[in-house]
Amino acid sequence: MVPISYYLVLAAILFSIGVASFLIKRNIITIFMSIELMLNAVNLTFVAFAHMWHQITGQIFVFFVMVVAAAEAAVGLAIIIAIFRTRQTLNVDQINLLKN
Amino acid sequence: MPASYLWLIPLLPFAGFLINGTLGRRLPRPLVSVVALIPTFASACLWIWLWFTMKAADAPESIHSTLTLFGNNWIQISSFHADFTFTVDHLTLIMLGVVTCVGFLIHVYSVGYMAHEEGYWRFFAYLNLFMFFMLVLVLSANFLLLFVGWEGVGLASYLLIGFYFKKDSAANAGKKAFIVNRIGDFGFLLAMFLLIAHFGSLDFSTVFSAIQQHTEWQGGFLTAIALLLVVGAAGKSAQIPLYVWLPDAMEGPTPVSALIHAATMVTAGIYMVARAHTIFDRSPYALGVVAIIGASTAIFAACIGMVQHDIKRVLAYSTVSQLGYMFLACGVGAYTAGIFHLLTHAFFKALLFLAAGSVIHALSGEQDMRKMGGLRKRIPVTFWTMTMGVVAIAGIPPLAGFFSKDEILFQTFTSPNPIGKLLWLVGLITAGMTSFYMFRLWFKTFFGEERFEEHSDQGHDSHHGHGVHESPLVMTLPLMILALLSIIGGWVGVPAALGGHDEIGEFLAPVFSNGAPAVEAASYGLELGLAVVSVLVALLGLFIAYVLYYKKPLTAASYAAKFPALYRLVENKFYIDEIYQAVIITPLLMFSRLILGTFVDSGLVNGSGYATGASARGLGTLVRRIQSGNIRSYAGWLALGAAAVIAVMIFGRSLWLN
Repeated sequence: MVPISYYLVLAAILFSIGVASFLIKRNIITIFMSIELMLNAVNLTFVAFAHMWHQITGQIFVFFVMVVAAAEAAVGLAIIIAIFRTRQTLNVDQINLLKN
Repeated sequence: MPASYLWLIPLLPFAGFLINGTLGRRLPRPLVSVVALIPTFASACLWIWLWFTMKAADAPESIHSTLTLFGNNWIQISSFHADFTFTVDHLTLIMLGVVTCVGFLIHVYSVGYMAHEEGYWRFFAYLNLFMFFMLVLVLSANFLLLFVGWEGVGLASYLLIGFYFKKDSAANAGKKAFIVNRIGDFGFLLAMFLLIAHFGSLDFSTVFSAIQQHTEWQGGFLTAIALLLVVGAAGKSAQIPLYVWLPDAMEGPTPVSALIHAATMVTAGIYMVARAHTIFDRSPYALGVVAIIGASTAIFAACIGMVQHDIKRVLAYSTVSQLGYMFLACGVGAYTAGIFHLLTHAFFKALLFLAAGSVIHALSGEQDMRKMGGLRKRIPVTFWTMTMGVVAIAGIPPLAGFFSKDEILFQTFTSPNPIGKLLWLVGLITAGMTSFYMFRLWFKTFFGEERFEEHSDQGHDSHHGHGVHESPLVMTLPLMILALLSIIGGWVGVPAALGGHDEIGEFLAPVFSNGAPAVEAASYGLELGLAVVSVLVALLGLFIAYVLYYKKPLTAASYAAKFPALYRLVENKFYIDEIYQAVIITPLLMFSRLILGTFVDSGLVNGSGYATGASARGLGTLVRRIQSGNIRSYAGWLALGAAAVIAVMIFGRSLWLN
């Protein structure tokens, strides 16, 4: 049996990678992917705890997160495509129309 | 008259004020006059009804009426309460009579006098407002309500002095009156605070009965209260050192001078002292101060009045001087005599002012007596009525002024005051001077050669383009009634020594009985002797005026030329205004401009405002850097914050618990 701490450490590492790449990367699709990574890191902890406590709640939560993430991906990718069509770039530093 | 109708007396003029004040601009002049006159007349009628009620055989000594709004008192703070209560006793009755009747006559006169002025409706609205506040003042049953009326008449006085507000001098005179009165009101307010502190109430009845129950209270805090009340009274009644506003107040229209600055408002101070006589009686020191202020004001103002050239200024200084007499009477405990003189003075001084107004009206606005003369034949009605006023104020029997003035002098002479004899002498000399300057005015205005120019197209009544003319009946009728009152007004107080029956003394006895130090019945011989002396002095004044201004009109100027310095000193009113300017006003202005203006206002007040603004801007410049619009920086802050929360949860818990 794998101890719970392994799952939690893995989730923490995945989450940190997600945060770091969200802050560092400029490509909007990469940023989008790092958000997904963070969500999945959280999903991993949910599942781990659900398994540990023998409760179904955590797993149900994961399904909710997945549904929301799928919806988000659909909307988000559509926005990205719209941005690319108008701006011809995916670099977030150049998407600054609202600034000033 | 049922007590529950009392509130109608002041409220009727107030209704007139509201109507004229709001709609008057659009109403035709006759309607404005009607709106102004009817409530005043109704108040006078109510007073007559009230008079017969109070004179009835089984009438109570005083009647009260408390106004409540939906069952609430006016002011109620824990145990302290001040009610909107009106009360009428015999003293109030006399004051009410003066205010309503003389007030009504002056309203009638104003219809003629103001006929061609701009702002006709405004004038009558203010006049009715004044009536309202004056009636509240005399009807009030506690010091606070009296103070409301007190301030209100001050406001009306300010508005009416500055009636010709386009004239700088009038606007300034209004401000001066207001500010000088403020100094007096300061004393009045402090007196009320002391009353609350010691009695927990401002009701006349509560305070006075408390004092009467504690015979051991002598002087002490009662002296303090009395002296502070004197400060207030000196402001309102134009006594030294606060008299300076009254002569300047003559900038207002003449009916205003007659009503407010001669007959009613300026007597409020005397009324207040008489009303609070229970306090004053316990403080011989305060009474002495009142007497000395009164006597010195009387002679001082009479001095200045002797050399003035403006007809209204002579009357103004005469008013100050006569008010000094009333103060003197109160100061020697002869409140009845003071109120008696107040009554007769209201008649003859209102008459004199109105007659002077008629003269000014006839001469199309000329007020300088050097440009009058010989008017006797031209305006006979004014001449004869004014003669009655002059003889009355000069103290020649059997007109009104003689009896009241003589009563004051007699009471001063026999008073237990250690300097009573000296005060009597001052009063006597003042009586001579009064006679002199009044006959001087009379001779200069009505006798001798005609020194005026026949105006045909200038002046305030441009519609009357036919030079010197007698005033219309609407103006002369009040003059005649007041002249009659000036003749017979004194007969209510003919002393027993002259075979009379002191009606007014008995009438006021219930009000003043508990207080006035009993003057032992002096011999009739003494009273008669004093009366003869004062009549002789009055005749002497008449004689000197006759010689100087009728027989040999140039001698006065030559006497003046002999003592140029003295004459200039008196003519310039002893430079009191200039002294006040130099000693009080200029330093005050300097202090305001330099210390308060630059340091407190620009430095502290503006500075703190600027500092607040600058700090908000500074903070904003700092904080706006965070609001960069860069999503990743927001995410960074978010991550940092989350990390901080986690750190606190992990490490903080153990830290706090230990």
